[in-house]
This record gives sequence, C-alpha cells and structure tokens, in this order.
Amino acid sequence: MKFDLFVLPFTLGLIFLLGYLTVKYTRWYFRQDKSDRQKVRNGFLSLKFMSALREIFLESLLHRRIFMKNRLLGFMHMSLAFGWFLLIAIGNLESRVYEPTAANPPYVPIFFKFFHANPGTFPLHRVFSFTMDLLLLFVLVGVILAFVKRVYSRAYGMKRTTRLMLGDRLALTSLWLIFPLRLLAESFTSAAYGGGDFLTGSTGNLLGSVFPAESFCYPAWWAYSLALGTFFVALPFSRYMHIPTEVVLIFSRHFGLTEKSKRTSFTEIEINSCSRCGICLDTCQMAFAGGINTIQSAYQLKAIRYHNIQPGESFNCLMCGRCESTCPVGIDISSIRMITRNELNGRTPDPSFTRKPVSLVNQADVIYFAGCMTHQTPAIKKAMQTVFKEADVNVWFMDEAGGICCGRPMMLAGHREQADLMIEKNRSLMLESGAKTLVTSCPICYKVFAKEYNLDIRILHHTEYLLELANTRKIKLESLAGTAVYHDPCELSRDIRIYKEPRMLLGKIMKLAGTGEFEKDNTLCCGNSLANFSASNEVRLSVARDAVEKLTAGGAQYLVTSCPMCKKAFEKVSDVPVTDIAELVSKALHKHQAHPVTVVRKKEPSVALELHGSI
Amino acid sequence: MIDFGYKIQTDRQIDYDSNDRQILEFVRRGEPSIDWCMSCGTCASACTAAVTTEYSLRRLIILARRGMNREIVESVYRCRFCGKCFNACPRSVNTRNIVYLMQLAATKISNHEI
Repeated sequence: MKFDLFVLPFTLGLIFLLGYLTVKYTRWYFRQDKSDRQKVRNGFLSLKFMSALREIFLESLLHRRIFMKNRLLGFMHMSLAFGWFLLIAIGNLESRVYEPTAANPPYVPIFFKFFHANPGTFPLHRVFSFTMDLLLLFVLVGVILAFVKRVYSRAYGMKRTTRLMLGDRLALTSLWLIFPLRLLAESFTSAAYGGGDFLTGSTGNLLGSVFPAESFCYPAWWAYSLALGTFFVALPFSRYMHIPTEVVLIFSRHFGLTEKSKRTSFTEIEINSCSRCGICLDTCQMAFAGGINTIQSAYQLKAIRYHNIQPGESFNCLMCGRCESTCPVGIDISSIRMITRNELNGRTPDPSFTRKPVSLVNQADVIYFAGCMTHQTPAIKKAMQTVFKEADVNVWFMDEAGGICCGRPMMLAGHREQADLMIEKNRSLMLESGAKTLVTSCPICYKVFAKEYNLDIRILHHTEYLLELANTRKIKLESLAGTAVYHDPCELSRDIRIYKEPRMLLGKIMKLAGTGEFEKDNTLCCGNSLANFSASNEVRLSVARDAVEKLTAGGAQYLVTSCPMCKKAFEKVSDVPVTDIAELVSKALHKHQAHPVTVVRKKEPSVALELHGSI
Repeated sequence: MIDFGYKIQTDRQIDYDSNDRQILEFVRRGEPSIDWCMSCGTCASACTAAVTTEYSLRRLIILARRGMNREIVESVYRCRFCGKCFNACPRSVNTRNIVYLMQLAATKISNHEI
C-alpha cells in the first residue's frame, strides 16, 4: 500500500469531517417525529430519490438557479463545485484504471501525481493527465473569480456581500489555497520527474527554471495536504457546512418534509444549508431603501445557527418574501423567522378576546370580511357594499361593527397559540353562517384564511370575487379614462400568486401600464408591513417612497393596489392618486346605474346651482 | 385628648421617585418614540381588541409612566397587533413595538432577567 507521512493531515481531516457529519445527521434523523422518519425511509425506495438526485446535480453541482439570475456568479459557483467534483471523480477513476488491483485508500487519487509522478508507458496516461489539468484550470478560474468577488463584488452586479466570521475566514482561506497549492505541487513534481500536461507541465518548466524543483516538491505536497485537512476540520463550523447539508436538504424536501409551526430537524437542515452567498442581501428593501443592513436572511439564519438572536433584529423584517423567492437554495425563510419569533416569546398571552359578545351570526350566501385595515380605508368597504348591492348578493358583513382580528398579525408577533384561539373562534362563526363563499378585502386576512383556517368554503380575495361577478355579468363595467399601474401586495404574491385576476379585472376598466421588473414574484413591499415591529416611521416612509418611485416611473395616472395597508402606505408619499381596485370597480358601475352613493352625489350640483342662482 | 374639631391627615402625596419604572425604561431603550405619546387616545379609539375586551394602549402607556406594572401585565397580552393604532397615531409613535416590548419586559421581570 502506498503511504507517506504527508497524507496524514488530509486523511485525519477527512475522517473527522465524515465522523462529525455522521453523528450530526443521525441525530437529526432520530429527532424527527415518527411520520417524518417514515417519509424519509419511504423516500429512499421511491422515484422521489431519482428526482432528488437530478436536483442535486443541477443545483448543488451546476448551480443552475444562480446561473439563471447572474451568469458570472453562477459560473464561479459551478467551476468551484462541479470542477472539484469532477477532479475527485475522474481522479478516482484514473487511479483505479491505473492500479485496478492495488488497495486504493482515498488519499491515493488525491495525491496521485506524488505516488505516480510519471506513469510512462500507461496508454491512457495522456488522456487522464490532460483532463485533470483542464479540470484544475477550470477550478482555478473559479478561485480567481471568487477572490475578485470578495474584493470587488460590484463586478458581479452585487452591491453587498456577506460579512465573514472567524470560522468562515479560516475555511475560506484554506479553500482558496487548496487549488493553487495543488498546482504548485504537481508543477514541481512535473519539473523534477516529468509527467505534467499543458498546465502543470508548462508551469513546472517555468518554476523549475527558477527554483530547485526536487527540493520544493515534497514541501508543496505537505502544504497541499495541510490546506485540505484544515478545510475539512473548519467546514462544519463555517458556512461551508452548506455543501454536505444542501444535499440532505434536497433529499428531505423531495421526501415531503416541510417546516412546521415549531422547530424540527428540517429547520436545522435548512439553517445549516445557508451558504451566505449574499443573493438575499441585494433584494432586501430594508437594505436598499431603509438603510438597515443587519437583519437580512443570511444574517438572521447565521444568528439562529450560532444562538445569537437579537429580538430587535428578528422583529425588524417586513416578511415580504422577496429574499425567499431569490434564494438559490430555496430555504423557507419566512417559516423559520416565524418559528424564531415564537421561540423569543416565552409566555402564552391572555385569551380574553371573547369577554364581550361578538356580533351575531347572519345566515347568508356570502360572508364579507373587510379586515381590520379596511376599516381604516372606508372607501374600500363602501365600494364593496355598493357592488354587493348592485349584484344583489345575500351577504353578511361579518366584521361590520369590528370583529376579532383574523389572527395573522398575532402569528407575526410570535403568539401562535393565541392566534390559533382567534382562528378557531372566527372559524366557528363562519361555518355557522352557512355561507358558501368568503370574500375579504385584506390580503393579510386572505393569506391566513387560505393557509390556516381549513374551511370547507371558497375563499376569495375581492379582486377574484369582483372578476367573477363581472365575468358572470352580475355587474356591468364601463371603462374609465386614464392609465393605471397595478401593484401586487406582498401577501397576495409569491406563495399565493394572485396575479392574473386583478390584471384582468383592471383591464376591463382602465388601460394598464407595466411596472417594469417590480411586479408579480418580484413585487415590492409598501413598507407598512405588519410583520415589522421595530422599524421607525422614517424607515417605513423611505421604503414606501422608493416603491412608489419605481412603480410610477412609467408615468401612470393611477397607482392601483388591492390591499388597504399598501393603499395607506402609498397615500402618504405618492403624487399619483392611490386607489384600491374595488373603488375603481364601483366607480365604473356608477355611470349607468342609480346607487345610494350616486344619489348622495347628485345633491351636490343642485346645492351648487341654488347658490349660483342666488348670486 | 381635646377635640379641636379637625385632625391631621396622613401624607397623601404621590412619591414619584419611588415609582417602579422598569417597564417604561425597558420600552424606552428599545422604542424611544414612547416619549412622543401625548395620551390623546386615538390608538384606543381605533383598537380592534377594544371591541371585544377591556384594552387601551393609552391607558397602558399612562400605567407605564406611573409605574403600575401589575396592571400592565394584566392587560398587555390582549393586543392583537393588527396595527390600526400605528396607522392612526398622530404622533407616529411605533405603537406595536411598544406593546411587544412591554410584553417582553413583563416576561423578563417574571424570569428575574431585569
């Protein structure tokens, strides 16, 4: 068996790493509840295993998602990950082809050139050494790109890059040294004993003409082995833990594991899968519009991983989900943030919300739940009432005199148990009414109705409902003058994805202007998010101002949204009139039908006329 | 004892120096805008929780200033965090953070952390 003392740092590092990972992953597996363990066991025997392998190849090695967003960044990650993988795989193949019978411990392929400097007559030698040199060049390009990114991230279109901690620095330095040291070691070997190809051969010639290659050869191999060993030991304590854990995450996700309301092993896997690549930093409005650079997902996940959470930072997030939709690893950040908030609140709150009686239940076909916020934008609820009257709907305005809140703000405050009580109370009231449809004007309510209420009735946001009324000719709409730009509220976008309905509805009334890149999955938060507790009014206003600027850049005459919270936020800072889609619908009705609202308005000109007459 | 027709009352002045302002100080450190509150009561009139429970943020802030911490703990958990008070506040006080920090202070006091 081939052996030399210098392989020890590498070998011991590898043994430590594998041992550490085995213990960690086994513990995570056994900490799961029974049904999750069952899912994992079943997953390995099903087709899900193959689809997971496919995703691992595409994402962990090729980094397809990063590549689609940012070519240069994608190439950098691919050359490091896929290049290194091929270097290991083909290196192993080479050593097996060369010595099929000999014992082949893992260090032999890694230090192949040391043990077999010049294989001489071996027929495939030229092919292998050329391939290995090409791959080494490929990885070295990645290292150079990574170095440039660290020094000057703007070259990659990234304004920000994550701050490093000690473990990261150690791992990063050793990782960057691994490949240049391999090049040096192989070059000196080639200079001394021959056998190098286009890369190691020519650098070997160059180095050999300056330095005594034979005496530099052995120290270079030691340095290479030491760099590898250091990296393996530092890996579990640095961000590079993401390399093995991301593979575990992809398998777990394909096997059907998801985040729950409490911390599970899946949460641990996700937290450790964050590579702190920094893609989330630039998408965060709190960073580019609010000037706050400590709360982004990469930092929050780091704080959770190292048990260093500051409540002020944890509660200073808009939970708009922009980072989540760009995360190349696909980490369910919003759920993890909610779990963290729950953990920060030690105490179960007072469940006294029914001390005074809640409004009586009415039997109806449709329940209208305006939502707390809609009561502060009365134009929206008035518009909805006008439409209900026009379409002659048997509707029960559930929170007309103010109801129990939907529960989502309470969940965002980290009081999951209290929210569950509110949900249960509201749910029983809704079911009692016998209605088949639940309409709400508030996207915040909509999200929690759809995701947590588990109702057997249709849940519609008013944009969907109004479109349905228009399509079934229950209401007739006429077009209004002007162009409108539509803003997707966060809570209706990304994971709920109500994009088509509001645009179709608005298209029936007004000319629609585009919002450029800031729409649908890439929509902006209005800054008034209920998820954020800590941000001051100034920060909120600057987020809103920035969003309005971007939305109205196309010169639209109306800024239309479908969320009372967004309306409230934009109204404060917008020069363009801000309106809810329901208000426009009720305006488009006014032209040809008599309404209570129009009757009131008709009085105004007559008063004016009288005044005019008296003058 | 001779009855003079009047007697000396015990001292009824409030000793403001002995107020236990732990909650107020804790909240103030995290959310200085609590000092902008002028107790106008707009928050309480906009409140969702007040429809179904006895709850008033105006009262909570006054209680914090007076150091009546027991009363705060009794009602501070009734807030629904719906944010109407924040929208309504004429002084832009970050009301929800005040309630959140009051709850946090109450927890910390009961755990003897502050």
